[in-house]
Amino acid sequence: MNSYKNQKAIWAGIFLVALALPAFIYPVVLMNVLVFMLFACAFNLMLGFGGLLSFGHAAFFGSAAYVTGHAAKEWGLTFELAVACGVLVALALGWIFALIAVRSKGIYFAMITLALSQMIYYIALQAPFTGGEDGIQSIPRPPVFGVIDVSSNLALFYTILVIFVIAMLALVRISQSAFGQSLKAIRDNEDRAISLGYDVVKYKQMAFVISAGFSGIAGSLKVFVFSIATLTDVSWLLSGEVVLMALLGGLGIIWAPALGALIVVAMQYLLAPYGAWVTILQGLIFMSCVLLFREGILGMIRDLLNRRRAKPSTSPN
Amino acid sequence: MFELLGVSSHALMAQLVLGLVNGSFYAVLSLGLALIFGMLHIINFAHGAFYMLGGFATWLLMQWLGVNYWLALILAPLMVGAIGIALERTFISRLYSLNHLFGLLFTFGLALFIEGVMHEVFGGISKPYSVPAALQGALNLGFMFLPTYRGWVIVFSVVVCLITWFVVEKTKLGAYLRAATENPALVQQFGINVPLLITLTYGAGVGLAALSGVLAAPLYQVNPHMGVNLMITVFAVVVIGGMGSLGGAIITGFMLGIIEGLTKVFYPPASNLVIFVVMALVLVARPNGLFGK
Repeated sequence: MNSYKNQKAIWAGIFLVALALPAFIYPVVLMNVLVFMLFACAFNLMLGFGGLLSFGHAAFFGSAAYVTGHAAKEWGLTFELAVACGVLVALALGWIFALIAVRSKGIYFAMITLALSQMIYYIALQAPFTGGEDGIQSIPRPPVFGVIDVSSNLALFYTILVIFVIAMLALVRISQSAFGQSLKAIRDNEDRAISLGYDVVKYKQMAFVISAGFSGIAGSLKVFVFSIATLTDVSWLLSGEVVLMALLGGLGIIWAPALGALIVVAMQYLLAPYGAWVTILQGLIFMSCVLLFREGILGMIRDLLNRRRAKPSTSPN
Repeated sequence: MFELLGVSSHALMAQLVLGLVNGSFYAVLSLGLALIFGMLHIINFAHGAFYMLGGFATWLLMQWLGVNYWLALILAPLMVGAIGIALERTFISRLYSLNHLFGLLFTFGLALFIEGVMHEVFGGISKPYSVPAALQGALNLGFMFLPTYRGWVIVFSVVVCLITWFVVEKTKLGAYLRAATENPALVQQFGINVPLLITLTYGAGVGLAALSGVLAAPLYQVNPHMGVNLMITVFAVVVIGGMGSLGGAIITGFMLGIIEGLTKVFYPPASNLVIFVVMALVLVARPNGLFGK
């Protein structure tokens, strides 16, 4: 019970540090990290808990980005309404993807989601409101609820931080709920879950839609950080990157991909001047994750801690 | 000539033939994927990267050694196939005991790595490769002038597909292969070297991808990212066909090339999308694909 208290103290400490971070690091970089942390954890709800490898999550992130951008720029909606539009579209899209893909398993599932998201990519390339190769540019930052001004980077950072914390708490709560546990049971042994009377397909669909919705939140927020929505937001490369973030952080813990996101985004900033080296290094990390540490960084740390804790209790035998 | 929905039959036939060219690439690439999947139970995400390496090998053989197209048609698949075999022996063979998704993830990383390295070394600009002298010009088919090289791509791809199909379905080696797909432990007991079969299968699949790359070199020019979008389309083709059957992969590949060509006639903006739409429709009706079990 002590360790539970400790954990709470650690999280509170991290939150306080996050509050102070804009004093040291450019807020846009911080917001970029937060957005991808949320995206990666939303993705992990499906892979880590549902055992469903989606290779098309950029479709939800990107379409939410486009719709939010359009709503803020052309319709003049306020911050929260524009985000809501984006998230609704992501949810709807998640529902459609789930209908088509969820009966397939494993590799099939991955390929189908990849192909479906490529379809969204081509639509984004050609649709009249997405701006083709240019994307939607100079998207404004409307006030939250029409009153809270977020035009400064600092104000936007704290707004996004609040949304991020709420979304992450919700994700953690979902993963610990009866629903999250049932999802785990289905992942570990689908036949057993079926024989226990679970409607497996419905659970997977639900996981897909929830995950798509949270990815949509991330995509919508991203639009206000950079003021643009472009094809990179719906590209297969982003879908691959989010898989890498989750794998690197660790699939077994719902929030572990946040660490992976931090590393991947930091790497992109640091290696930006060196062209293709980002891709090369991402490829290398991908391969070494698969070959050497499939539990991810935090998964490995947890195993080490567990082993150390387990030792004293087994020694009396 | 008659007209159909305002489209002349000339234009229709022309797009059909051009669709067959795309279909040739879909067929050979998805055939390689299906071959590898049958033995290794992994989806080779790096297939597009090997296709690109085949194109680069052709271009480099010409640039550095002055080796012509016809020799490259043999050498490039062998070279890239050898790279595939080395990778299978060193890395990919470690993944067989794991969840099959790890194979997908590993080969995805491999694809990023290969493309990144090629981009770093050769830059992102396309390298032109001229059509070999014997295949320049055009054939008069009555309803259209078909560039000879495109005709060659179709004919050669059909032949390659038929040979591969024949080897797997009708020869003794193919019988070992099919048996090892069904029950590797039992086949191993009969004294057949199954790991070697697996390695060779991967090499052959990768070689087929490289062969497509050689065919593509004069058609689309060579650049480090030539395989990426093609690869995702081929994934959709494989899903439509169902991964179990080689014949299914070949037929689906050509069929979808034709469907794509027809879409270009009737509603051009949808030509990028049509394969994915077909995939979604097929999956709703038959979750295991057209030829899947």
